[in-house]
Amino acid sequence: MTGAAVPSQPADSTPRSKEGLRPVTDTRLDKSQPVLEVTDLEVSFPSEAGEVRAVRGVSYAVRPGEVLGIVGESGSGKSVSSMAVLGLLPDSAEVSGSVKLAGRELLGLSDNELSKIRGKDIGMVFQDPLSALTPVYSVGAQIVEALQIHQEMTKEQARTRAIELLDVVGIPDPRRRVDNFPHEFSGGMRQRAMIAMAIANDPKVIIADEPTTALDVTIQAQVLEVLKKAQDVTGAAIVMITHDLGVIAGFADRVQVMYAGKPVESGSVDEVYYHPRMPYTIGLLGSIPRLDNTERRALTPIEGTPPSMVELPKGCPFAARCPIAIDRCREVEPVLSVKEGNTHPTACHRSHELAGALDPATIYPVPEIPAAVELTSVPREQREKVLELDNLTKHFPLTQGAVIKRKVGVVKAVDGITLDIREGETLGLVGESGCGKTTTLLEILDLPSGQAGTVTVFGKDVRGLGRADRKALRRDMQIVFQDPMAALDARMPIGDILAEPLKTHNWDKDRIAARVPELLEMVGLNPDHADRYPQEFSGGQRQRISIARALALEPKLVILDEPVSALDVSIQAGVLNLLDELKVKLGLSYLFVAHDLSVVRHIADRIAVMYLGRIVELGDSASIFDAPSHPYTQALLSAVPLPDPRRERERTRILLTGDLPSPANVPSGCRFRNRCPKFLTLSEGEQQRCHDEDPANSRLAADHVAACHFATALEVI
Amino acid sequence: MSANQPAPSNTSAAGGEAVAALATATAGAPQPPAAVRKRTSRGKLTARRFARNKLALVGLGILALLFLAAYVGPSFTKYDYKFHDYMAFNAPPGGDHWWGTNQGGQDLFALTMRGLQKSLVIGLLVGGISTLVAGFVGAFAGYYGRWVDKGLTWFVDLLLVLPSFLIIAVLSPIFRNASWLIFVVLLAAFSWMITARVVRSMTLTLKDREFVKAAKYMGVPGPVIIFRHILPNMASLLIIDTVIQVGAAVIGESGLSFFGFGVQAPDVSLGTIIADNTTNAPTFQWLFYFPATCLVLIGVAVAFIGDGLRDAFDPNSSGAKSKGRRRKALAERNEAHRKATVAGGSRDVLGTS
Ligand SMILES: Nc1ncnc2c1ncn2[C@@H]1O[C@H](COP(=O)(O)OP(=O)(O)OP(=O)(O)O)[C@@H](O)[C@H]1O
Ligand code: SF4
Ligand code: SF4
Ligand SMILES: [Mg+2]
Repeated sequence: MTGAAVPSQPADSTPRSKEGLRPVTDTRLDKSQPVLEVTDLEVSFPSEAGEVRAVRGVSYAVRPGEVLGIVGESGSGKSVSSMAVLGLLPDSAEVSGSVKLAGRELLGLSDNELSKIRGKDIGMVFQDPLSALTPVYSVGAQIVEALQIHQEMTKEQARTRAIELLDVVGIPDPRRRVDNFPHEFSGGMRQRAMIAMAIANDPKVIIADEPTTALDVTIQAQVLEVLKKAQDVTGAAIVMITHDLGVIAGFADRVQVMYAGKPVESGSVDEVYYHPRMPYTIGLLGSIPRLDNTERRALTPIEGTPPSMVELPKGCPFAARCPIAIDRCREVEPVLSVKEGNTHPTACHRSHELAGALDPATIYPVPEIPAAVELTSVPREQREKVLELDNLTKHFPLTQGAVIKRKVGVVKAVDGITLDIREGETLGLVGESGCGKTTTLLEILDLPSGQAGTVTVFGKDVRGLGRADRKALRRDMQIVFQDPMAALDARMPIGDILAEPLKTHNWDKDRIAARVPELLEMVGLNPDHADRYPQEFSGGQRQRISIARALALEPKLVILDEPVSALDVSIQAGVLNLLDELKVKLGLSYLFVAHDLSVVRHIADRIAVMYLGRIVELGDSASIFDAPSHPYTQALLSAVPLPDPRRERERTRILLTGDLPSPANVPSGCRFRNRCPKFLTLSEGEQQRCHDEDPANSRLAADHVAACHFATALEVI
Repeated sequence: MSANQPAPSNTSAAGGEAVAALATATAGAPQPPAAVRKRTSRGKLTARRFARNKLALVGLGILALLFLAAYVGPSFTKYDYKFHDYMAFNAPPGGDHWWGTNQGGQDLFALTMRGLQKSLVIGLLVGGISTLVAGFVGAFAGYYGRWVDKGLTWFVDLLLVLPSFLIIAVLSPIFRNASWLIFVVLLAAFSWMITARVVRSMTLTLKDREFVKAAKYMGVPGPVIIFRHILPNMASLLIIDTVIQVGAAVIGESGLSFFGFGVQAPDVSLGTIIADNTTNAPTFQWLFYFPATCLVLIGVAVAFIGDGLRDAFDPNSSGAKSKGRRRKALAERNEAHRKATVAGGSRDVLGTS
């Protein structure tokens, strides 16, 4: 990125000082000595099916000031191993091995002794701050409590320090906010409060388990910045657990990849990202769509699912999914060690070959995606419009009072959206949570009469439609939901689920009976499984079933609401490939809603960026990603972490201040102005213009508009 | 991402993403062409799962035997339930009177069988009808909302406020000579409202679930959604409710009979037999044991069948235990987080418990 053009903004505009915070006592620890040392940690749980071996020998060491990243798919034992370090596992868990904090063995300590260490020497940040903050006490009271338990302090001292801590983590107006309750904080602010609590007692180690998974990218960038800052202030070591390879690339010094309860590769981020020597790591890196990837290529999914932790087959746990498995892999489990020709340890029998004869880039077969021939050759303007929104608006009344409802305001969830989708193209709709993406989709799908603006589907205004026409529209327009489990009726066998749309649209029995297996095959499932229930399938398979159902009636437009965000990366790749392939084969158009911009870049032809109920920038994929022109798009793109450590280190982030304003309280003039980084650089007259005048779309290229008075392209990726 | 953990290991292993592996596994076996292969529908699968449940079959067996006994049993004894044997008052079981006689010399076996007939039919009908009405009204009110909801809720509340007992009492003389089936209708008419309210509120949450929305956006009409998705997803509630209603109807009926409504002498029901004999039961225990055993058998049979149906409707039920376990583990984990964050374990300072 051209860093000079964008000065990095502080996470918060209030100036804050380190005064009052204790200086980092560098002398208390020898920098070269590991502060946390885990050796051969094993954890197992008894279960009905047998012993669950959740962690099978984890070893690592972190030094002060160092960040260790632990990555792995859901269920790989990341969380359990960190809970074991903290002594927070249920009593039924059997833990063995050794956990040393600054030389002191923690395993085997009583809960009482451990509680003196937790929250003092080890700070913790979890994925869901709501589960860790008590709802009935103010945030301040909880920080005060955390301080007073471990330190001799009066109430006033503790309170003063709590305010300082909130200031450090960038909570605006901490003096007032300290008395707020957790529910009055937004997700990002709660996570900051958690970080404040984690660093309250100057911990030696901070353990962060998926600290940003539940947050939007812009907020994630803020929180990561705060975490870095917290580390600077305390000099602590951080163990960062996540499934996001992008986050680790920019944040961690070293990384450990876990699979089936064991580390399978570990090393510096550069070694692991640029020279992966274990097929699982190679597969993971190949399966993620990348924001900085201009050429459209098929992703390489890792087939299959992780093994059950109850009865692990002997040999390498990855053997069933590994493209280069040999006989030896199924007999002997490889140990984590530095193999010949490698610089960092891996657990794979063929690592030495991957360093030489075998090219890591080619071990996974790249799936063929048929190229879209006919449609893309027709210029966009000549293709038929399948969906057209003109000034679509959805306002909800905001009422107060239980008995007599007074209208006290309007929630402008969708506030005038204009866009169109042509035959055979994919429009990606992106934006922070709460910006109105789902409301937009529901407005389209409900086929309502609408408050203002029009929805035109396949050339028909939905307003004047009769019953039969509506039903016909429902046939041609289908939806795939985010959570494949919630979208499939758990009480129906999948055969019935797939037959439902067909039955509804009066297909006869024989045709249905023929169509169901056909659909299952189309999405890569076994047609014999039609009488199984959704629960018997994995997440990725369930999403395939959802897709099959949406395609049953051969629709023209498919609306996808975050279709891959509930899936693990290696599974996600398979689903994305499937969507790509079906689109080309069946000539579908997609409206693809997602918050993950890398996914959108991979799949979309055109992008619409939404902010607070409005589209602020719209254009073809290349324009949006290469020349983003609205300051919000620029911030959004620069917040996305790249799975590329070197580039990550060089990037400067455009950090947005604060959270998304409430749609009940939209700022005058430009709705982005209170968070706009560009606004701050403008002259007074120009600022006035942002303040007074709602920016109209300015056209920057044939297919590229941005709603900003001062739109200028900027390269941020 | 972690919100959607793959199913517990045993099922995910059964599901097994490995598309490739599945393909190779099935390639070997000769297969009928996909198009011809018959898919098993939900109804068949449910029936099959029910048939697999031993206890449910036992329940079904007991119920069948009870019906058989009630309707065929009396023809094997020479005494009619109305006949008073003046040679045997309060005779113990044995001899001609298999189950003994009561104070008035009536044959207890004949009486009990006659009572069983009435109680079985009343219980099952009232239980079935009231649950059906409750499900229907509650689901429609919840699903359609607006004025449908307002109207139906108002009606339900009205019925709840009305003293049902009184109304039955007032209406009873009118129906005195009508068939006792009217009585079934009356009993059912006043026992469905609370369930309907529960069904309504469950419908409100189910309505927002994505699978219901998916059906709606597919163009499935509202009533079909209710019967295909909403009601089956509260099958366990409805089934448990039926079981409870059956029991309540059998007992409730005897209460009404006691006050002179419903089943009237010389006709009997299990409830009236037990009620009539309560004073003598401590001395002549058979007067209590035989009819009470029949009553308990009805309850047990219905409960077993209910359990079987519930499991049959819920494809998850075999894993129900481990699901509870998972939830517990989750609760423990959240508690641990809380404990951890503030300060190792001394949460009590704030008094979370
Ligand atoms: N209390 C428990 N009892 C039994 N099994 C458990 C328990 N906690 C976790 N497990 C099992 O241990 C394994 C590892 O779980 P863990 O939570 O560490 O995964 P993870 O890598 O953190 O996944 P995610 O990305 O979803 O957070 C899983 O198979 C899980 O089901
Ligand atoms: S040990 Fe064998 S199966 Fe395991 S990752 Fe290496 S090559 Fe693949
Ligand atoms: S119009 Fe002004 S405030 Fe709005 S985005 Fe552009 S520069 Fe920022
Ligand atoms: Mg986890």
